[in-house]
Amino acid sequence: MTKSIMIVGVGGQGTLLASRILGNTVIREGYDVKVSEVHGMSQRGGSVVTYVKYGDKVYSPTIDKGQADLILAFEILEAARALPYLSKNGTMIANTQQINPMPVITGAATYPEKLDEKIEKKANLVKLDALSIAKQAGNIKTVNVVLIGVLAKNSEIPYEKWVETIKETVPEKFLEVNLKAFELGYNV
Amino acid sequence: MKKLLLGNAAVARGAYEAGVRVVASYPGTPSTEITESIVQYPEIYAEWSPNEKVAAEVAIGASIAGARSMPCMKHVGLNVMADPVFTAAYTGVNAGLVFCVADDPGMHSSQNEQDSRHYAEASKIPMLEPSDSGECKEFTKLAFELSEKYDTPVFLRLSTRISHSQSLVELNERENDELKPYEKNAAKYVMMPGNAIKRHVEVEKRLAALKEFSETTEINKAEINGSDIGVICGGTTYLYAHEALGDSVSYFKIGMIYPFPDKAIVEFCKKFKTVYVIEELDPVIETQCKALGIEVIGKERFTLLGEYTPTLIKKAVSGEEIPKENALDELLPARPPVMCAGCPHRGTFYVLKKLGLTVSGDIGCYTLGAVPPLSSLDTTICMGASVSAAHGMAKARGPKFNKKLVSVIGDSTFMHSGITGLTDIVYNKGANTVIILDNSITGMTGHQENPTTGYTIRGEETKQVNLIALCKSLGVEHVVVADPFDVKNFEKVVKEETEREEPSVIIAQRPCALLKRVKYSGHCVITDACKNCKMCMKLGCPAISVKDDKVVIDNTQCNGCGLCVNVCPFGAIKKED
Ligand SMILES: Cc1ncc(C[n+]2csc(CCOP(=O)(O)OP(=O)(O)O)c2C)c(N)n1
Repeated sequence: MTKSIMIVGVGGQGTLLASRILGNTVIREGYDVKVSEVHGMSQRGGSVVTYVKYGDKVYSPTIDKGQADLILAFEILEAARALPYLSKNGTMIANTQQINPMPVITGAATYPEKLDEKIEKKANLVKLDALSIAKQAGNIKTVNVVLIGVLAKNSEIPYEKWVETIKETVPEKFLEVNLKAFELGYNV
Repeated sequence: MKKLLLGNAAVARGAYEAGVRVVASYPGTPSTEITESIVQYPEIYAEWSPNEKVAAEVAIGASIAGARSMPCMKHVGLNVMADPVFTAAYTGVNAGLVFCVADDPGMHSSQNEQDSRHYAEASKIPMLEPSDSGECKEFTKLAFELSEKYDTPVFLRLSTRISHSQSLVELNERENDELKPYEKNAAKYVMMPGNAIKRHVEVEKRLAALKEFSETTEINKAEINGSDIGVICGGTTYLYAHEALGDSVSYFKIGMIYPFPDKAIVEFCKKFKTVYVIEELDPVIETQCKALGIEVIGKERFTLLGEYTPTLIKKAVSGEEIPKENALDELLPARPPVMCAGCPHRGTFYVLKKLGLTVSGDIGCYTLGAVPPLSSLDTTICMGASVSAAHGMAKARGPKFNKKLVSVIGDSTFMHSGITGLTDIVYNKGANTVIILDNSITGMTGHQENPTTGYTIRGEETKQVNLIALCKSLGVEHVVVADPFDVKNFEKVVKEETEREEPSVIIAQRPCALLKRVKYSGHCVITDACKNCKMCMKLGCPAISVKDDKVVIDNTQCNGCGLCVNVCPFGAIKKED
């Protein structure tokens, strides 16, 4: 059995760090793991998608449509865009934050309304305002770790394993605020 | 000990364990992190070279001098370094020499989708292709062994999904750390016709020996699962095919693509009623199979375009329909990449758009000047082409056209291959205006130092190329430095320089907003003086948008760079702390 988790968001939101924390946590549990990342052009404010897969033996590092057990979305339009990847019984965890893409800014398109409600009609959705929680933790840049907290709660991997990875991944200076963010996310 | 490593980091680890002493590269997605990971090993001399040709030559020189060495680049970089590569095939090596090249199927971050496997046969250099990070490390080590054993450079071919996926890697100790002795050997290393004719004989002998190796090596391996379908694959497609088809088919995984393991493949194919060749991009394996007289199903069933997926493979092999996807019933707006808030290039393109100029473009973050609302670039071909192609445009259409024409080229790209184009303009009596977008870093590929930044790959201070003196020395008499955020002055400078009957260079100088030393603070706010003219909307800044027909600035996005303050005709935008 392989578990497939997709992390989606907007370039610059810290999805890469989130997928690395996830990857390094599941290896503590002795799984084979593959993490597929996106670098380069699309990181510049575009849609970004990373995949994390773990199990006894993982072949493809990518996840196809209809195959993700869990999607962690950093932004609600990106959540909607990723919906076709969610498996039938999968769960979508989504930050309700809105970040306008350039076609919306220029007026060539409009930002769709009530995306969270529309997603809820089609899938099992856990939604939260991770930006406010990150502010509460003390730094808006911890949105990614707040979301990792929610993901942790929805996983079978014990709390301490996540904390161990965060301690190893995050620089000393920012550790306290990140641990706070993780805990707030975990207890949403 | 096992560690989760990026394919690129695993190649670097392999190089370290193989005793590599010199790595010289030019950045390029998806290959950049190989060389960035090399920096953690103090035993290895590492550098960012000005371009891939230089990088390859540095590595070739180091190999002749007795050090195992490796240049790393993206697929198009291999085109730039092709000249030395084809002749290094003739000289062979002293210490091991591996050319590491990463293709980009799907063009996540590239201007074309070339299949670099063609280079192996064309240059007569063996090529290995790993499938995951573990193999990245092992194949790198094997490549160095083969290089020395067969006296040849060896290609290591990666692709985006291999380079940018992390998987588990077993770490080992470093070996073969010694320099090999250097002895002058002109017959081997001076490639003039008399010597090269003899070396070509050696090349063909060596290829015959390598073909024998390819027939029996463990990295070309059959996985027999007792069915009547066989699948030949390699690199990424081994993973996708395995995921899609599991044990229902048998596999031949090709780890050494050139020389091709003819006999082993013929043997494998005999066992099956149907054989599929599954490979991304071009039919390289398929053509080999067909030349051997084997009937295989390949590109008639599988696309020549983009990346494959397990689903695509399953559908092609089993005909199974893909279940209908769960999607919202409406079309969602796309989210293309954009210039960051605070990007210095935004000021430049705002002015070029305003002046309605033809813009001969190049490759870097500033290629995003092509997308709305800035929509400035007319062309982007390859690194350096902005300068030389504009020269061609001006020669084709004459001086009047040239006065409405500029080239834009980044600092790293100018050092990579803009200097020769500028030389051409001066030498052949052109009168172009070239704008060097000097943001003090190689931005697009994630902040690498370059000869204009004054720092080496290890962050040590070094001599900084003086762009003004450089352009003047080529014979450009009019070189002006201007800040692209001072839009009024920048516009004036562009008008003046394009009017000239002589070549000119404008150095648009302002550092990348993401550099640590750049400290914008506070953010910009719209005041009551706003007349809603929406001039600031023309900047295409991700922080500025329209809500209920009013312009608003989102302060989670704004970094207070102040460009919009300079652009507002009513002084209605203010900076706040
Ligand atoms: C031959 C070749 N090598 C490497 C690349 C990858 N690449 C694209 S743009 C770029 C450098 C961009 O830096 P710069 O010119 O300073 O512009 P910036 O992105 O900083 O605006 C690189 C390395 C490429 N496209 N072609």
